[in-house]
Amino acid sequence: MSSRLVNQIGLFFAALVIVSPAILFFLWMISLSLKFEIDNGAYPPILIPERFAWSNYVKVFEENNFLLYLWNSVLVTGTATLLALLIGVPAGYGIARLKAERSAVVIMIARMTPGLSYLIPLFLLFQWIGILGTLWPQIIIHLVVTVPIVVWVMIGYFETTPMELEEAANIDGASSWQVFRLVALPIAKPGIVVAFILSVIFSWNNFVFGVVLASRETRTLPVAVYNMLSYEQVSWGPLAAAALVVTLPVLVLTMFAQKQIVAGLTAGAVKGG
Amino acid sequence: MSTIAPGRTEVTTGRTEVTTDRTGVATQAIEESQSVRLAPNYWPFVVPALVVVSAVIVFPWAFTLWMSVNSWTLGQSRSFAAMENYLRLASDPRFWESLVHTLTYTSLSVAAPMFLGTVAALIFDARFPLRGLLRGVFVMPMMATPVAVALVWTMMFHPQLGVLNYLLSLVGIPAQEWIFNANTVIPSLVAVETWQWTPLVMLIVLGGLASVPREPFESAEIDGANAWQQFRYLTLPMIAPFLMIALIIRTIDALKSFDIIYAMTQGGPGTASETINIYLYNTAFSYYDIGYGSAMAVVFFIVIVALSFILLMLRQRSQWNDTEGK
Repeated sequence: MSSRLVNQIGLFFAALVIVSPAILFFLWMISLSLKFEIDNGAYPPILIPERFAWSNYVKVFEENNFLLYLWNSVLVTGTATLLALLIGVPAGYGIARLKAERSAVVIMIARMTPGLSYLIPLFLLFQWIGILGTLWPQIIIHLVVTVPIVVWVMIGYFETTPMELEEAANIDGASSWQVFRLVALPIAKPGIVVAFILSVIFSWNNFVFGVVLASRETRTLPVAVYNMLSYEQVSWGPLAAAALVVTLPVLVLTMFAQKQIVAGLTAGAVKGG
Repeated sequence: MSTIAPGRTEVTTGRTEVTTDRTGVATQAIEESQSVRLAPNYWPFVVPALVVVSAVIVFPWAFTLWMSVNSWTLGQSRSFAAMENYLRLASDPRFWESLVHTLTYTSLSVAAPMFLGTVAALIFDARFPLRGLLRGVFVMPMMATPVAVALVWTMMFHPQLGVLNYLLSLVGIPAQEWIFNANTVIPSLVAVETWQWTPLVMLIVLGGLASVPREPFESAEIDGANAWQQFRYLTLPMIAPFLMIALIIRTIDALKSFDIIYAMTQGGPGTASETINIYLYNTAFSYYDIGYGSAMAVVFFIVIVALSFILLMLRQRSQWNDTEGK
């Protein structure tokens, strides 16, 4: 009994050690974002300041057009994810039922391809069509990230759902579409949730597409925060606050949907970009 | 799917339940002839995705291949150049240097997360207080926005004001220049990459550990095997397929790494941390040398596929050895 307790405490501390880089990093990030310039430049460094600089967060939104960029991010990620679900869920269903697993090789190749090799041709194409000043180039190119994730997760999911009900409906004279819509889709809801969450996270985090395709008005948050670093800001407080604002939605989603994310990532081990 | 999931395909039809594997061609054929008669048409479900995939994935590929045999800088006229771009690559010292950087960066950013991720998985496979919460926090670096993460790491690496040099000074280690010094920039970036992607290895290996049966360990315990022996001769062989998956995924991702490097150093100082991906970006979008950049993209893709293929072959061989042993 007591040796088991010692064992458990030992494991707890081992886990704490291995998690500590993550804990310390995020604590320091919060600390940086809540300190005035003088505290951020102090030596030895201060973890918890005497006065909190909430104004850093106000500054982020007031001075940098952050609300616009936030809205751009929501539009790009939202549209790219919805489009991906719209075409990716049926595709995952079709591939799973056709047992055309080899077509998943396309997804592997998409995963192996560096994002930049999509960017060169699509950049030229968008320029040629003349939509570079809008959000559409980014929405379209984000499909490179979101569609494979959704298809991948959904193939895995539909492979595990039972066929009996669908066959029964089929014999009763339901069309393929009705079988999909009324039988397969309702069962697949948890899988769709997983696909949705992963798609949102990896689209939201994407940086390389925006850095090439975004103009001043069409920046997404990761690009906006990068531009703050290189051109507009040197003070650390507002920079860290901006970084936190960018990544907070994703971190909150990670905490609340941990189970789904773990399930999705270990099933297909996907990652976008 | 089966290219990456540890192989098993279970096929259930209305009448019979047939389990097929790679050698079960015969049962597969019988099963398919049944499903052809019954099966509704599934192709319409796949067509929209096929259209999108060919538009955003296949078209760019064809276009890149075509551009790579052309000489074209944006704003100037294009001309057919045959293999000129590829020959130029072969004699471009900056490209070879970036290849060395890429391979150094990749091998380090595969080795460190593989080791730490496996250790973390072994810890999280056990039961202890607050396990769920700690695992949740452990996964967060991988989900956090890379640019935001890079920005905060850049502040932490700051030679004068950074918190890392302060922490080093506490244990008596002299201050480092981290990403601001050509000799330490790659290890510093690898540290960030490791911090970020160890959780993915941990999750994959944890999935492997969950599938390990209990019984062999009980009998090993009775036979007096110690913890290390149990790990070495029982756990390790059983999770080997999952380690291979983690290895392949990590290799692909590390080769392709862009966000962290670009946001923190842009390949600098000088070109000390310029990987192929960064050089490719600079060629295509700073110098607008589209033809040369496309050739680089093709060669880069070949490097990635070749390395993945070698690892896949290793995986197949290790599986084959496993089945031989049984």
